[in-house]
Amino acid sequence: MKLTLEIWRQKDANDKGHFETYELDNVSTHMSFLEMLDVLNEDLIEKGEEPVAFDHDCREAICGTCGFVINGVAHGHMKRNTVCQLHMRNFKDGDHLVLEPWRAKAFPMVRDLIVDRSAFERIQRAGGYISARTGSAPDANSILIPKDQAEAAMDFAECIGCGACVASCPNGAAMLFVGARIAHLAFLPQGQPERAERAKAMVAAMEQEGFGACTNYTSCEATCPKGISIVGIAKMNKDYFNAKLFSGGNLGGKD
Amino acid sequence: MDKAIGFYESTLGKKVVMAVTGIILFLYLVGHMLGNLQIFLDPAQIDKYAHMLHASAAFLWSVRLVLLFCLGVHIYAAFQVWWRSRTARPVKYKVFNPPDVDYAAKTMVWSGPIIAAFITYHLLHLTVGLDSLHPNYEHLGAYNNVIAGFQQTPVAIAYIVALLLLAFHLYHGLWSLFQTMGWDHPKFGPWRRPLAVLLTVVIAAGFISVPVAVMTGVLQLVGG
Repeated sequence: MKLTLEIWRQKDANDKGHFETYELDNVSTHMSFLEMLDVLNEDLIEKGEEPVAFDHDCREAICGTCGFVINGVAHGHMKRNTVCQLHMRNFKDGDHLVLEPWRAKAFPMVRDLIVDRSAFERIQRAGGYISARTGSAPDANSILIPKDQAEAAMDFAECIGCGACVASCPNGAAMLFVGARIAHLAFLPQGQPERAERAKAMVAAMEQEGFGACTNYTSCEATCPKGISIVGIAKMNKDYFNAKLFSGGNLGGKD
Repeated sequence: MDKAIGFYESTLGKKVVMAVTGIILFLYLVGHMLGNLQIFLDPAQIDKYAHMLHASAAFLWSVRLVLLFCLGVHIYAAFQVWWRSRTARPVKYKVFNPPDVDYAAKTMVWSGPIIAAFITYHLLHLTVGLDSLHPNYEHLGAYNNVIAGFQQTPVAIAYIVALLLLAFHLYHGLWSLFQTMGWDHPKFGPWRRPLAVLLTVVIAAGFISVPVAVMTGVLQLVGG
């Protein structure tokens, strides 16, 4: 099949950036979207041009490294998918596709379709941990967790931190990511000791990075490759509310 | 107090403030609508109700000031949240089609200011009763004031359009506030949107029924 690709090209953070159009023939329907870009890049390299830079690692939709916006939708139009597992059979011959990087102030441009998502790392470091005994491994099942709670925690732990929620939010908000991280640990007994501090610290870190506010568009949930629910956002709001207004000074440390 | 201020600094805190003031304004709307519906009873009834509301100036102005305060805070926080999000994406997408975004959510940003303008007009029209806006305003003559006001068709249509916008605003606000306040549970979570639709339809229908009844001649002026 034939494709027309309009791709955002930008040398580095200081470059202004522009769209470049590429015509591609003989795209196999068996290719993944990234393999299709690999083919394009081979062509570009042979012609002595700069290949299109994009992030990728496992190509199995589990690492969260890849991702860009295809025709205005993060990770493309297929639900619960990442671009590495988006196959060309889902496109039609002659399609015109516009490829853009995640666009957010908190995700500075690196190059072409690559943005710097270390803001997520900093949020995670602010409170996305538990206090655990180090040393020898604890006995299995020494802390019992009801099945439904373990499942709920697991649903939020599925987040791969790809950033699609930010990319597809009209407000450029990171609520689904932070909500998932907070909800994941809030459902587990191991997450309780730091629960109030975690909500405060992670929300503060998120705000500091310059992400937008939530106005419940729910497009984050719709484009999340792991189907993380906005229930996590409600959970985060509640934890933050409780931590900020009701947790005692001796429990929460300095406010 | 330190805690409350720190809380408001975050967008989450601002949203909670918007939700709480929104709830108060919503409750007022319920009361306002029920008050309005008395127009379908005996013509003297709603005038009696108007006199009752004005019986104590202290009560009247306390309620008015609380509402004005809530409205002001609601708008102020909304503006801050909007500005924050506006600056979160300095470079816009060329093509942007975020899925699942409904009409109400998308239009909050301008349904808000339009409703604010409508409230101003509405107060001047039926509370202050400016001569330039109302053909024949009489203090506390609620029944005839409303009917004479709505007998001007463009005015009635403007009210209906503004109330429909208010309905969209209410729908999104009502279901959003559950999310903002963290009121969610597997048992009632899925009912939040239907509940918002139901409340919105009841409120909008109650308000809109009055201009429609005047336009269709169901409600007529009474002599005096």
